[in-house]
Amino acid sequence: MKIARKLPNRPDAPEPLHTRAVHDLRFIRETMEAAAPITAVPGLGLVAMGLIALAAAALAQIQPTAERWLAIWFAAAMLAVGVFGVTLWFKARTSGVSLWQGSLRRFVLSLFTPMGAGALLTTAMLLARNIQPVPGMWLLLYGTGVVTGGAYSAIRIVPIMGICFLCLGSLALFSPTEWGNAMLALGFGGFHVLFGLVIARRYGG
Amino acid sequence: MAYREPAPERHAPIPEPPESLDRLIHARVRLGVVSALAVSDSLSFNDLKSLLKTTDGNLSVHARKLEEGGYIECRKSFEGRVPHTIYVLTEAGRNALERYLDHMEALIHSVRDH
Repeated sequence: MKIARKLPNRPDAPEPLHTRAVHDLRFIRETMEAAAPITAVPGLGLVAMGLIALAAAALAQIQPTAERWLAIWFAAAMLAVGVFGVTLWFKARTSGVSLWQGSLRRFVLSLFTPMGAGALLTTAMLLARNIQPVPGMWLLLYGTGVVTGGAYSAIRIVPIMGICFLCLGSLALFSPTEWGNAMLALGFGGFHVLFGLVIARRYGG
Repeated sequence: MAYREPAPERHAPIPEPPESLDRLIHARVRLGVVSALAVSDSLSFNDLKSLLKTTDGNLSVHARKLEEGGYIECRKSFEGRVPHTIYVLTEAGRNALERYLDHMEALIHSVRDH
């Protein structure tokens, strides 16, 4: 008598077409989500943010008090966030990408959460009359947001920019106080202009 | 008792035969290339390689097939002395992806409707 034996599934057994269709649609969505957030970052927006930061650094340098120095940078940050938001929206619209699709939403949230924490910490330091660590802290928190936001994509240019901010922030934390303004100019000005130009050239706009 | 092939699973009729699928785009890496380029103005060879987690050789072969089919365009340049290759989706490639998406959605709907 022959013994009934269940054969293992053949690894090359064809997948039903409708199952393949479900997998394909999921794969297309995930690939688009992985590619979109970084290429949706507006390169020209980053360049504009960099130019705002360079102007702010020049203005802040000649302020007589720490409070006014801080006010200049705060105003520049608000302006830069507005410019970034508008250019992000514009580029997402022209690329046909939704701003609130999965990974782009996570990118924006990852970026703005540490920035909110930075605003609170700055207020606390101002009240304690010790703003010496502020430049290093801003650069570190911004770099953290960019690295974690960019981690959702396999395309590396944005996380690399974040790492540059982290390195500069670490250096700024242990540098003389008078270097703080120049460090901010190099980071928020120089890095934004440099990486913004690369992103605009490679990924359009 | 002799082993018997299990009865084939019963599925609703497929609206079009599999032969009507765009074979050029059906392969996973090629589908990934076209999908990624659909949401980007352009992507470099290295960007695509890391995005799709594939090798240089594999990506080259698939990208060439898409290029020959007119679905993507390859632009080569130099950054200093380093060669830089970027890919752009053509109108034909975008249309092919849209047709493929429609086809996949039709397949899923046909199964759900029965």
